[in-house]
Amino acid sequence: MKLNINGKVHSVDLPMDTPILWTLRDELGMTGTKFGCGKALCGACTVMLDGTPIRSCSTPISFAENKVITTIEAISEQKVGQAVQQAWLDIAVPQCGYCQSGQIVSATALLRDNPKPSDQDIDNFMSGNICRCGTYNRIREAIKVAAKNLEATS
Amino acid sequence: MIKTNASLAEQISNISRRDFIRGFALTGLVLAVGIPGVSWAADEPKFGRDGMPNGWVDNPLVFVSIAEDGTVTIVAHRSEMGQGVRTSLPMVVADEMEADWSRVNVVQAYGDEQKFGNQNTDGSRSMRHFFMPMRNVGAAARMMLETAAAAIWGVPVSEVKAIFHEVHHEATGRILTYGEVAQAAAKLAVPARSDLVLKTVDAFRYIGKQSNKLIDGANIVEGKAEYGIDVRRDGMVYAVVAHPPAYGDTLTSYDDSDTLKVPGVLKTLTLASTPPPAVFNPLGGVVVVATNTWAAIKGREKLKIQWKSGPNAGYVTETFRKEMEKSATSQGGKILRSVGDVYKTLAETENKLQASYYIPHLAQAPMEPPVATAHYQDDFCELWSSIQNPQAGVDTVAHWLGFKPEQVKVNVTLLGGGFGRKSKPDYMVEAALVSKALGGKPVKLTWTREDDIQHSYFHTVSVEHLEAAFDDNRRATAWLHRTVAPSISSTFDASSMNQMPMEASMGVVNVPFDLPNIQLENPAAAPHTRIGWYRSVANIPHAFGVQSFIAEMAHHVGRDHKEFLIELIGKDRKIDPKTLRDEWNYGESPEDYPLNTGRMHAVIEHVTNKANWGKKMAANTGQGLATHYSFTSYVATVVEVAIVGDGEVTVPRIDIAIDCGPQVNPERIRSQIEGACVMGVSLALFSEISFTNGVADQNNFDGYEVARMNNGPMEIHVHIMPTTDYDAPLGGVGEPGMPPIAPALCNAIFAATGKRIRSLPVRYQLES
Repeated sequence: MKLNINGKVHSVDLPMDTPILWTLRDELGMTGTKFGCGKALCGACTVMLDGTPIRSCSTPISFAENKVITTIEAISEQKVGQAVQQAWLDIAVPQCGYCQSGQIVSATALLRDNPKPSDQDIDNFMSGNICRCGTYNRIREAIKVAAKNLEATS
Repeated sequence: MIKTNASLAEQISNISRRDFIRGFALTGLVLAVGIPGVSWAADEPKFGRDGMPNGWVDNPLVFVSIAEDGTVTIVAHRSEMGQGVRTSLPMVVADEMEADWSRVNVVQAYGDEQKFGNQNTDGSRSMRHFFMPMRNVGAAARMMLETAAAAIWGVPVSEVKAIFHEVHHEATGRILTYGEVAQAAAKLAVPARSDLVLKTVDAFRYIGKQSNKLIDGANIVEGKAEYGIDVRRDGMVYAVVAHPPAYGDTLTSYDDSDTLKVPGVLKTLTLASTPPPAVFNPLGGVVVVATNTWAAIKGREKLKIQWKSGPNAGYVTETFRKEMEKSATSQGGKILRSVGDVYKTLAETENKLQASYYIPHLAQAPMEPPVATAHYQDDFCELWSSIQNPQAGVDTVAHWLGFKPEQVKVNVTLLGGGFGRKSKPDYMVEAALVSKALGGKPVKLTWTREDDIQHSYFHTVSVEHLEAAFDDNRRATAWLHRTVAPSISSTFDASSMNQMPMEASMGVVNVPFDLPNIQLENPAAAPHTRIGWYRSVANIPHAFGVQSFIAEMAHHVGRDHKEFLIELIGKDRKIDPKTLRDEWNYGESPEDYPLNTGRMHAVIEHVTNKANWGKKMAANTGQGLATHYSFTSYVATVVEVAIVGDGEVTVPRIDIAIDCGPQVNPERIRSQIEGACVMGVSLALFSEISFTNGVADQNNFDGYEVARMNNGPMEIHVHIMPTTDYDAPLGGVGEPGMPPIAPALCNAIFAATGKRIRSLPVRYQLES
């Protein structure tokens, strides 16, 4: 089947129930999207499917037919994504960094649809993304910084 | 040979050399890792970096190279798992050598302690042990650059000065860049250590300064950073393992006919089980090899396996808890320290108090599960892995392949979290054995989350029992603490039933309380699973028992907790750890690292001041206090809770003060302490591993819950005690923030509700 990933079409020959995650990582060598739990419990594997954040570990490639997958590797092509990445760097969010691909994709989706999220909005939206290093407070802060910067430049 | 013996001690990581000699030298461990006997029992005691296996290296030629374009490359020899060590230690080198940080490139060392010095990234030791050696590296490099430039100009070296990536001759205004003198400098002899001139504190550019720049930051946010799980090799296949369900179970037979029908599955093979003690050996089981990880996982689901039950197949945590509670409430066990006569005092006193506390097993659950890639060749094996202890990886893999250590190369990637789990290279051995069995095909072997949570080297399970007596002035007169928990040493010696000096020195023996009667006991406890170390180790249960009980004591006699705690600690003084029967002292010299109650007192004062301790609180809210000394740093915290809905605990605010001595990278200290607060809340409120018939009841983040953004602490205020004396000994940072969080949180719950939590996690205990 054909998969549109970050604007580029890839042909893959895999069973249709293969999760998007392992297709990206093992088949296509796009390792920015991470494996964390395999059960849609931790959010490390978050990508966008037609703009909607999904857990790629539990979403088979059959769901991606005729849709566009956006991964961390291309999130900087979106204005919001770039602002989120910059805010992450400015306040040094990452510790080990492993979960941050998923965090950044989720945060980008949040800010795109809700440019001025409240703490409650952020907590609700981001609670599907686990960080064992405990960077939550900086993530919350970085989302607000990105929101402010986006507002200033819009 | 000291080096060889040292790498044996390396195998057991946190365990001190003395423990090792006493406890393990004659056990199967020596054979298990295939290294000959121990001869350093007669050595003089060595402390700190000198006491670590393979010690330390400060040769600039090992750590620094300069390209002609001026790019400075600095080797990071400790593993990066979020603590920032790949930024902070190279930053020390860059500062001393007057390098421009924006022109510094950091490369990760492979596992080779003879070359780089100790690499076991564990025990909150990296900065404590390598600040000075890395300063030496930088200073030597700077002096070599100056000497080379002076020779080029034909002027005395005293007339030249290295300034920010250039060497200047002030008298003539001549300048040579680092790139221009690099080649000449590299040919010079390395200055003797005694000739090194270190910078003065006022000349520091980076050390102690606020900077948010992380060496891997940009790669991380762009998804380009390479973790162990991201490694790819030409012709690589993928593997997962079906491990025995209980510790010590073995494989009887299996049917892979359905597995082999799964598209992408290439074959199955077996790994032999090794009987307890586990050491760092693989657990054994059935391996599924496939063209991608998903096919291997699917194939594993289709295996039909018969296991033979081993010695731990009957392990039920609930039953074991009752056994431990019985031991904890009965007089006896190994006496760790005895002062005065506690039993007599308790017998003769009417006003007394007792309580027992339970802390369950925990799994480290780093977001990146254990994973390793191996490529076996006829006389060589190369591995790529997220590993805290690369030398243990080299040695253990070499043993299993029948190789010499020099026939194994371990490349260290970024770690997606570690927390102690990735100190144990069992998963690397699995990958190496599978690559060998496949005739030398490169293989990436991934643990799924289920593997990780079911087969961790678990944090121990504990019962802490405490008793106290009081006089008529509401002052404590006696302190009894019985600590019961399977020991980490049982993972190396199955007969070990008592806590090692290392564990006892994590908050049982080294309490500074100024009391006439103290009795500290350790009844035996048998292991039933692989007991490992988890961020801050035995400090977690010990601090929970001790700091909860002190709050209970204060309440019992109707006194303010803070005032009572400070009285118990006693007047400001430096205590020789040996007088507390602390035989470990985090491996540090008792002279350089006494237990300083003044510093403990200061963090309590500081944090209570910042948190406005004792302020008026609304209904169903409360503040809780705790302090704990660990990894040579002093921490105190005030946790604020608000109970909402039907007994749900929320944490609006944590204030936490740390005195870790001189600070190299304050921003990363702050981030480590923030992380410790979140992980502390995780284990206080949510996390528990329990066993039924030897098998962990939890297997993913649904059963094994951890803090998320919506239920972690809402605000964290980190207060770092200032210091300007960079000659003072450094303290640890990665772990010391953890231990006081759970007791402070439960003390806050008591303040809010009047309900005392004596069993972790809190979870649903406040629901009506």
